[in-house]
Amino acid sequence: MNTIAKNLVGWIDQRFPLMSIWNEHIAQYYAPKNFNIWYYFGIFSMVMFVNQILTGIWLTMNYKPSAIEAFSSVEYIMRDVDWGWLIRYMHSTGASFFFIVIYLHMFRALMYGSYKKPRELIWILGMFLYLTLMAEAFFGYILPWGQMSYWGAQVIISLFGAIPFVGESLQTLIMGDYVVSDATLNRFFSLHVIALPFAIAGLVLLHILALHEVGSNNPDGVEIKNHKDSEGKPLDGIPFHPYYTSKDFVGIVVFLMIFAGVIFFAPEMGGYFLEHNNFIPANPMQTPEHIAPVWYFTPFYSILRANTVNFFWIPAKLWGVIFMGFAVMIFFLLPWLDRSPVRSMRYKGWMSRTALGIFVLSFLILGYLGALPPTPARTIVAQIFTVIYFLFFLLMPIYTSLDKNKKVPERITTNGH
Amino acid sequence: MVIRLLGFSLVLLGLSCYGATGGGLQLLDANIDLSKKTSLQRGAANFFNYCSGCHSLQYMRYNRIAEDLDLDESLVKANFMFVGDKIGNAVKVSMEPEDAKSWFGVQPPDLSVISRVRGADWLFSFLNGFYTESERPTGVNNLYFSQTSMPHVLWELEGYKKFINPSEDDQNSGIAFEIVVPGKLSQNEYQEFTRDIVSFLVYVGEPARLVRYKLGFWVIAFLFVLFIFAYLNKRAIWEDIK
Amino acid sequence: MNKNPTDKARREFLSGATLVLGGVGASFAAIPFLSAFKPSAKAKAIGAPVEANLNGIEPGQRIIVQWRGKPVWIVRRTTDQIDALASFDDKTLQDPESNASDQPDFAKNAWRSKDSEFLVLVGICTHLGCSPNFFPGMDNKAMGSDWKGGFYCPCHGSKFDLAGRVYAGVPAPSNMPVPPYKFLSEDKILIGELDGESA
Repeated sequence: MNTIAKNLVGWIDQRFPLMSIWNEHIAQYYAPKNFNIWYYFGIFSMVMFVNQILTGIWLTMNYKPSAIEAFSSVEYIMRDVDWGWLIRYMHSTGASFFFIVIYLHMFRALMYGSYKKPRELIWILGMFLYLTLMAEAFFGYILPWGQMSYWGAQVIISLFGAIPFVGESLQTLIMGDYVVSDATLNRFFSLHVIALPFAIAGLVLLHILALHEVGSNNPDGVEIKNHKDSEGKPLDGIPFHPYYTSKDFVGIVVFLMIFAGVIFFAPEMGGYFLEHNNFIPANPMQTPEHIAPVWYFTPFYSILRANTVNFFWIPAKLWGVIFMGFAVMIFFLLPWLDRSPVRSMRYKGWMSRTALGIFVLSFLILGYLGALPPTPARTIVAQIFTVIYFLFFLLMPIYTSLDKNKKVPERITTNGH
Repeated sequence: MVIRLLGFSLVLLGLSCYGATGGGLQLLDANIDLSKKTSLQRGAANFFNYCSGCHSLQYMRYNRIAEDLDLDESLVKANFMFVGDKIGNAVKVSMEPEDAKSWFGVQPPDLSVISRVRGADWLFSFLNGFYTESERPTGVNNLYFSQTSMPHVLWELEGYKKFINPSEDDQNSGIAFEIVVPGKLSQNEYQEFTRDIVSFLVYVGEPARLVRYKLGFWVIAFLFVLFIFAYLNKRAIWEDIK
Repeated sequence: MNKNPTDKARREFLSGATLVLGGVGASFAAIPFLSAFKPSAKAKAIGAPVEANLNGIEPGQRIIVQWRGKPVWIVRRTTDQIDALASFDDKTLQDPESNASDQPDFAKNAWRSKDSEFLVLVGICTHLGCSPNFFPGMDNKAMGSDWKGGFYCPCHGSKFDLAGRVYAGVPAPSNMPVPPYKFLSEDKILIGELDGESA
């Protein structure tokens, strides 16, 4: 470092804890040396967050949040604004990629028990992030004001109508009109570009602060803090910088290659990232033949639709909403449902492994079914997998206590690579 | 256990998908190639000769068409545009919406993004799917869009076809037409003609498509070079970690 | 950690090269974002050249047309006014020869126009963007003794003559810009395009 830079840093450091932040979170943040490929998805979600914010700022410069102009302003971006098409595709593809990496990030936590003590708060903050992100995606999806935007919003908002007594007035309150309308679009735009991004940014900060307080978990699920050298540094830990900065950078470049591949060669992803019917302007008089949410909501949509029986004086519609809500919220309880003394799947017994495998499978199948129009046969399959989905959580205290776990090593077993 | 469950669920899944494939009519393969500028140019000419009377392209500007398809602006002005229209304007129709409604029952849709809604194959099939049916007000029906209000605008070129009901056991391959009134073009020529229109419409649906693939190649190539350096750098830094 | 000096050099090279390449990538990525600030195809279409008719303008009168959202003045000068343009000296005007003006080449003369009778000017003061007022009277005591008709900017008091040349001693730094234009016929001009150009 040359002297001018050194002096500048010194000047700032006397007035602001620059070096101590740098050291605490980067240069002397000790992370386990055995992170594997699953540990990339946290930084990938950061990359996607930055991508969404940046491209979002530029889209907002040209988008018009009004029922009359919204659809054409998107086409305006796609055609008339220099490079607008690229910025828009980065945003629309980015939304789907954000969810892909978030789901993989969450799967990593399930696999290596990253939600277990003392990391419950990291998990809960992460779940709040996930919820906020779902709301953000939903509000964003309405903005192109195509047929899917319109009717998707209609369906989701109608869910609130299922709530007894207050449902209908709540629904009107959300829409600001008697139907999804210009007023709805306008307020969703405001939430999408200001309120929720702020919330997400704040939660990301908290999520990371909580993580750096207790330290990262790892594929072996052992605490690196239990074995320290004479200087108090974890024996199995390495400083985040330069080790993980250089490693994450490699991962990010590979990730960007895949991201670019989709942006440039398949931005519609066969109708999954950008749906065909969303290129028809919103028409409140005519519902498209088949309407389904974007792929990242389809597992929950499947659960919603799987409820077809009125039960206990509660109509099926409300059951659907209740189950869908539970399906998301139950993740919050995970740290307390898991009674296993072991964190990582590497050392858990066959019951936990099977349960997780079946759960992932049911999540995927529910997601697949949610994208298809319902048939009686599909509804039965969805019902079966909805039950399996919930059993994964509800039986967890039992099978994690009964499971025959392997012996967990004292120190991490795999080398960094 | 896991495997058995997996097999079970796959069977269920297979069951649930059953019924989705039947019934749908197989579309013809449009087989377009956007890198062929001449096809796009012919498609544009065909569009402005036969389609633009009723169908607008409200998001497509004339000068963009000229620029992207390597056409001279004066040529576009003379052949595609109304007198007095500006080169920077979007493609509009002269027809009043009210008139259109009374003539066709519906207003002919704008075709700016039709290719993104329907897909190239559907458009191609549609343009090749007209057959005579005397009960219809237009005298034709369409195999791929039953009861369409659009008349067979291209009949002079294709002629009129009669639909011969395929045999029961051969739903998809057995679609058969018989020419009853010959047109100016042969069947192959007509297919080429409509393929050009479809190419043009696919381009109009997303003008960026013409540059997107090429650019994507360079972006990924650059990222690959960056990857090599990033990887070597990471490996050098991690050499100490045992 | 780095015991071997060649090892150290190799590492430094690799991390340097990675950083530089990453920086190049980031700069490439910035291009679309910066380009998106340029006027869009729509803005360009709206800002396309506009036609103006000259035959309705009486000598001494001005019409205003809009081009790219800006006021463009067309003044038909009287013979006296034209003659007066040549009579200014260096002390009265900052740049009487229009050496540092934003204008097409054909405007580099005392009347700053293609046809000495018709002045075509972007009606924006070169100081801070206000639109000056038109004072065609050649004799106006309030404007000073060297006034021979012209434009006066109400915002900060800049003065321009009837060729849009700025007076000395006012805040505006340069003559008012002449837009590109061409004659389509004797009494019709196209603003926004030069002869031999077709946009």
